[in-house]
Amino acid sequence: MTILVLADHDLGALSPATARVVAAASVLGEIDVLVLGEGIDQVAADAAKLSGVARVLVAQHPGLVGQTAETFVPVLAKLAPDYAHIIASAGALGRDIVPRLAARLDIQPITDVIAIHGPNRFDRPIYAGNAIQTVSSAQPRQILTIRASAFRAAGQGGSAQIIPLDYDPVNAIATIVAAHRTENNTPDLATAQIVVGGGVSVGSAEGFKLVGQLAAIIGAGVGATRAAVDAGYAPNDWQIGQTGKIIAPDLYIAVGISGALQHLAGIQGAKKIIAINTDPEAPLVKLADIVLIGDLFETIPALIAQLEHLGVKP
Amino acid sequence: MKIFVAVKRVVDHNVRIRVRPDGTGVETAGVRMSMNPFCKHAVEAAVQLGEAGKADEIVVVSIGPKAVNDVILTALAMGAHRGILVETDADLETLAIAKLLAAIVAEEKPDLVLLGKQAVDDDSNHVGQMLAGLLDWPQATFASEINIEADQLSVSREVDYGRVTTAMPLPAIVTADLRLNTPRNAALPMVMKARQKPLAVRSADCMNIDLTPRLTIEKTSPPPERVAGRTVADVGELASLIAADIAEMEAL
Ligand SMILES: Cc1cc2nc3c(=O)[nH]c(=O)nc-3n(C[C@H](O)[C@H](O)[C@H](O)COP(=O)(O)OP(=O)(O)OC[C@H]3O[C@@H](n4cnc5c(N)ncnc54)[C@H](O)[C@@H]3O)c2cc1C
Ligand SMILES: Nc1ncnc2c1ncn2[C@@H]1O[C@H](COP(=O)(O)O)[C@@H](O)[C@H]1O
Repeated sequence: MTILVLADHDLGALSPATARVVAAASVLGEIDVLVLGEGIDQVAADAAKLSGVARVLVAQHPGLVGQTAETFVPVLAKLAPDYAHIIASAGALGRDIVPRLAARLDIQPITDVIAIHGPNRFDRPIYAGNAIQTVSSAQPRQILTIRASAFRAAGQGGSAQIIPLDYDPVNAIATIVAAHRTENNTPDLATAQIVVGGGVSVGSAEGFKLVGQLAAIIGAGVGATRAAVDAGYAPNDWQIGQTGKIIAPDLYIAVGISGALQHLAGIQGAKKIIAINTDPEAPLVKLADIVLIGDLFETIPALIAQLEHLGVKP
Repeated sequence: MKIFVAVKRVVDHNVRIRVRPDGTGVETAGVRMSMNPFCKHAVEAAVQLGEAGKADEIVVVSIGPKAVNDVILTALAMGAHRGILVETDADLETLAIAKLLAAIVAEEKPDLVLLGKQAVDDDSNHVGQMLAGLLDWPQATFASEINIEADQLSVSREVDYGRVTTAMPLPAIVTADLRLNTPRNAALPMVMKARQKPLAVRSADCMNIDLTPRLTIEKTSPPPERVAGRTVADVGELASLIAADIAEMEAL
């Protein structure tokens, strides 16, 4: 049977996470991608190009714009009988929608999947990634979220058919009042190749700009600890960790970050970790691949100058 | 208005857990337990709504073995009015938890149900959304701000691109994120008083709900370990290493 993947999109663009979910799911079978919203022609066209995708199902309606669980779940529930697996990425959208859908279908979902061993067998992290559970399911269909950063992106070789869906608007009673979008021209955290993260020790929003400058010069995504976000130095959607974004870059540079286990939960997939810290005993210093002991207010400006000198380009 | 808060007892979030060498799970015997941090934010939100005169009764419920009594007492000491313990020694899946909660909500008829966004042991992030689905109520997950005017609820939610404000009528389900508030530590007199508050005990097995697990946990393993790296002498050496890494990434 076919696999249904719910596309994640924002501002009319397909989220990079979806290409990774498609690649992960392609070991299970042929994939249909479902795109819900309005003004999403480009999203559908981009989804159709992903290799492994057979069909792109599209429903466009003003009622679908806010991407609420109340409006999405009935669409997915109606399509469910035709699919063996229904999969979303483990971002805010998937986390909001998938458990509600599963409960409606009387299915126990398996979420934040980091490895697929077969159609009914998956790995998922528990305890902030300090343990990995291997679970199997004998249920008639599997409802999953997949941790995008744990998988590579699908190639661009596809040419799937785009099929409009009949959509019966539901009478949703929740309405979107306002969206507060973080102005951001840095790479998407969850899929960035390089990430620079800053801790509360930057001391101020002004101090956090040092982290941003270092990221800009090497073309990195910018992340933060919960302590830095709580202090108001960085926006909430930059938080990395158990309760924030999960990253898996080739290189993670942690600036003034202690390495609490809740933060480490978000960076386990990083290939190489560089820690810059005054404290040689900090937990993150103990497990980083490369360590520089020093005050961030001196070392970061010097590092930026040296990288410029070496001619590094973003 | 009546508020219902679901709280879970979990391994304390400061404890570094150990996977049992035989792969049968995480060692929880003799480990410090406490209320799931996200549930504390949910209780605090309920108590603050009570203090603002917007709620007259706060009922807290927890599902688990007798020992979960201690987190119910913590919530009562924070200011909840009465507790319900749904007792079971079984390890229940989130769907079963949501079904038990739905049954109690059907009896108690609260206007608002607050939960934590996730339990830090299983990290599921399911139960609030499932409960909303079972009851067919609107949901506002990952809340960082809650406002109630008349029977209209407005919630600021943390999402991938920032925050979004959602409005909905009551009854509704809200799951609490960490920036919702700062949970109070109950003063000793409140802790003493909590023991006098009503606490009903029910058996999960007598609620006519199929609690059989749907999944088999085949094994639990520790994550791959990272080995300590090396310390560079100065900024110059670090800059060269970073430059080399970037050159290598571009070459691929
Ligand atoms: C339920 C729960 C969930 C959580 N979820 C998350 C999460 O998702 N993500 C997250 O990050 N946290 C999370 N936390 C918080 C986490 O426990 C830590 O409190 C937090 O990660 C610490 O952030 P920090 O490293 O910025 O601050 P600190 O722990 O205070 O560390 C600051 C570091 O900076 C170093 N330093 C100080 N001055 C300088 C200087 N001038 N130059 C260089 N280094 C310096 C210090 O040596 C120290 O190592 C969560 C906590 C709970 C309870
Ligand atoms: N055993 C339980 N008893 C009461 N509430 C629970 C229980 N398990 C989960 N919850 C609630 O559901 C939230 C999310 O948990 P989870 O979906 O398991 O991550 C928790 O923060 C609690 O509010």
